[in-house]
Amino acid sequence: MALLRLASSRIFKSPMSNPILKYLPFFTDAEVPHTVAARPDTGLYSAKLGIWLFLASEVMLFGGLFSAYIFLRIGAEPGYWPSGLLNVPVGTMNTAILIVSSITVVMAWAALKMRQLGKYKFYMAITILCGLIFLTVKLSYEWPAKFNHFGVFIKKDAASKYEEFLGNKHLEEAGQSPRWEITGHLLDAPKGSSYEHQAQHNAEHFAHETGRHDAVTPAEDDYVIQLDAVNANPTDKTNDRPHFWPVPMSNKIAVISAKDVESASVFAPRHSTYFATYFLITGLHGLHVLGGILVFLYLWLPVKGGVNLYKTNPEHLANRVEIAGLFWHFVDLVWIFVFPIFYLL
Amino acid sequence: MSTIATADVGHHGGTAPHDDHHHHELGFLQKWVFSTDHKVIGLQYGVTGLAFLFFGFLLMLVMRWQLANPGQAVPVVGEALRTIFGQTVMTDNGALTAAGYNVFGAMHGTIMVFFGIVPVAVAGFGNYVVPLQIGAPDMAFPKLNMASFWCFFTSCVIMMASFFVPGSAAKSGWTAYPPLAGIADLEGGNLWLNGQTVWLIAMVFNITGSLLGSINFITTIIQLRAPGLTWMRLPFFVWAQFVTAFLLVLAFPPLEAAGFMQLTDRVLGTSFFMPTGLVVGQTVAQTWAGGGSPILWQHLFWFLAHPEVYVLILPGIGIIAEVVANNTRKPLYGYKAMVYAIFALGFLSFIVWAHHMYMTGMGAKVAAFFQVTTVMISVPSVVLLTALLLSLWGGAIRFTVPMLFATAFLPMFGIGGLTGIPLAFNAVDLFLHDTYYVIGHFHYVVAPGTIFALFAGVYHWYPKATGRQMNQFLGKVHFWGSLVFINGLFFPMFLQGMAGVHRRWYDGGATYELTAPVLHWNKVMTVSAGILALFQLVFIFNFFTSWRTGKKVGRNPWDATTLDWDTPTPPPHGNFDKPVEVFRGPYEYSVPGHPTDFHPQSQKS
Repeated sequence: MALLRLASSRIFKSPMSNPILKYLPFFTDAEVPHTVAARPDTGLYSAKLGIWLFLASEVMLFGGLFSAYIFLRIGAEPGYWPSGLLNVPVGTMNTAILIVSSITVVMAWAALKMRQLGKYKFYMAITILCGLIFLTVKLSYEWPAKFNHFGVFIKKDAASKYEEFLGNKHLEEAGQSPRWEITGHLLDAPKGSSYEHQAQHNAEHFAHETGRHDAVTPAEDDYVIQLDAVNANPTDKTNDRPHFWPVPMSNKIAVISAKDVESASVFAPRHSTYFATYFLITGLHGLHVLGGILVFLYLWLPVKGGVNLYKTNPEHLANRVEIAGLFWHFVDLVWIFVFPIFYLL
Repeated sequence: MSTIATADVGHHGGTAPHDDHHHHELGFLQKWVFSTDHKVIGLQYGVTGLAFLFFGFLLMLVMRWQLANPGQAVPVVGEALRTIFGQTVMTDNGALTAAGYNVFGAMHGTIMVFFGIVPVAVAGFGNYVVPLQIGAPDMAFPKLNMASFWCFFTSCVIMMASFFVPGSAAKSGWTAYPPLAGIADLEGGNLWLNGQTVWLIAMVFNITGSLLGSINFITTIIQLRAPGLTWMRLPFFVWAQFVTAFLLVLAFPPLEAAGFMQLTDRVLGTSFFMPTGLVVGQTVAQTWAGGGSPILWQHLFWFLAHPEVYVLILPGIGIIAEVVANNTRKPLYGYKAMVYAIFALGFLSFIVWAHHMYMTGMGAKVAAFFQVTTVMISVPSVVLLTALLLSLWGGAIRFTVPMLFATAFLPMFGIGGLTGIPLAFNAVDLFLHDTYYVIGHFHYVVAPGTIFALFAGVYHWYPKATGRQMNQFLGKVHFWGSLVFINGLFFPMFLQGMAGVHRRWYDGGATYELTAPVLHWNKVMTVSAGILALFQLVFIFNFFTSWRTGKKVGRNPWDATTLDWDTPTPPPHGNFDKPVEVFRGPYEYSVPGHPTDFHPQSQKS
């Protein structure tokens, strides 16, 4: 390393005849200025400019996805853009966790600027922890809950048969969009459906909870669904708007003939354009959170480019934390948009 | 990181290209493959891109054969193509199939735009020349630069591999319009290993590489300019790369988003772009939940792809500006006007995209808006072209090979640009949409336009990169042959297009009586394309032989003023052998009272 440093320092002094210059390896980085110290006329070190440009491209990336959300939502037929299917308190908690982590990462950076390594490690640990909690909630609770939640869209000409679950007359009187979907836990699926196994599992659970064994019908082309409160009691005015606290599932059951069903799916990306955008945007956001956590871990662990950098060049480490922190704020900001458009609106 | 570590261990010494063989072989991997040096990365991008340009050209030759001689076996190589590409693409006797025509068409467009011109013009020339011209030792982020190339290289491998998946490569055009692209290539039942899905994956890598590169360019230009190199002293090429990089940073991500969406449509059964009740081949496609919008893809795609058009042309204009100033021996006419124009162009290119979508029936008001912005964008384009044209005025022009290409660029780009103006108008476009007129228009912009600029750039900077001149005689043969036959290839397209020949007809229009009067042009174009290919062989021969046998040159063979000619030839690692400082503007040629006819930027007096 010392030899390389010597060699590269000689580049600028030595004339072309110098043999070192001729045999200099190409594969080491040249000494590029402004990696740590700011350039006087721009007031920036290079990485800071780089991260802002990267964030500009990220704005366009998520901008493209959000504009798809707007485009699809505006173009959706009445009743085909669901609302109130996500768990608002959990989302609120995750929002708060991300905001806290955004604060602690600034504290970590400030501690480094004041050369307080212990404090830095402490605040960075909290930041990493917050990120991990966020991801854990998302991946072990929120998404799996969706994958075990089922919905069937009823064909419009068959909707009157299921009026007791849809309540469209009531909705019309209330001046609201019609409802075409019946949601809940799937207890029995038509024969040959890929959901048979999941339905069987749910039916066992249902029987265990309620003591009822009538959920599995002899007919082979029926969907049997343990209803969500909104379908169990569709004319209840309190169900006209989404609830903040999730309402527990009813014990009421609906039997729906497969021939009346337009489409049936768990709450996976293929369920509807709503869940497609939800999973794509939160998935991509989750990947960003994961990326942020990995970078923070690298800066927190005693490795060459991480905490060990403190001994040789603390300002460089502070710069790295600042860059990672800017990225983290952006990830937080994306969530600030994700939360209202999917959970609240 | 790991490359640096291995580099420390494997320190056998990379050598300059012509040193003894023993050293050369030892250092090869570190020096030419896993390099963080902007010059090596520039060459890697440039050579890969040139290879892809030639490959894309060969795909087109097979298509042109089919258009001129529908259903006939491709001569000489037909059987070989059957063996390589399989029965989806070629019939047993070696003729192109309809599906094969779609494969070659989609891949020709994709390869030429994303794997040919952008890598050469932006990443190749940009990487090699920009740090030299601004007096920097390297790019601002050398490791990111390497990551950019390897992302791009991965995308190349994936895209080429897609020819060999079941059902062959993507067939849905370089625009990949849903809903048909959403259901294309799924007959085999494999959701992942099919042409269109692999195409999308390759594009995601390509876009990522391009983003990393463009962030690097902007940062480098802002942060690493040598002392004294103020903004208005930048060579115009640097300005062109600067604006281009902004276009890439801001326009590419929406396509990446759209790529993700089409990918989930294909593999997860979402319906971002798939409408409800889609009927394909007289049956309703039930695989999708519905509710999506095919038009959404077009918006996201063209939001990238229109700025992309300027990504293709701006670096070319930058190269031409350098070559013109150097060979007319006088400053560029209206340098500042050109700088302002290129910024106006960059900005306006973001608000014209829907002029590609007049056929969607998006409504008169929206169309009117995009009509106005599209006509507006011709103003800065004309400023650039006029300034270059006026730069010739009164110059003592040296008709070197790069200058020949540059002088030909001006009228060729002019034809390409001016034929675009009728397309800006909704009413005219409805008639000309998807005809060969459009093909002729944009090929004049990118082929005798950008590609001629790239040739000018190769002949211009080749001595700097290799230390040797390319053969001037062969260069002139290459130039005159290319100029004549590229016009023979593209000009008849206007005539055919105005007569109504559609761009996607597999038989060249033979089944349509309406277009019979213009079909003889198919033969002319195909023969021209074939001869054009022969003249490119001259270039390839020249390119490789001159590497070892060309005339040796010193630091500044063209008597140029900019900093790239102020380094040793070829530039060593770190580029400059002395501290760099800039004292004057970029093109101080023929300054009265100065002893020579050029006054380098780094010369104090």
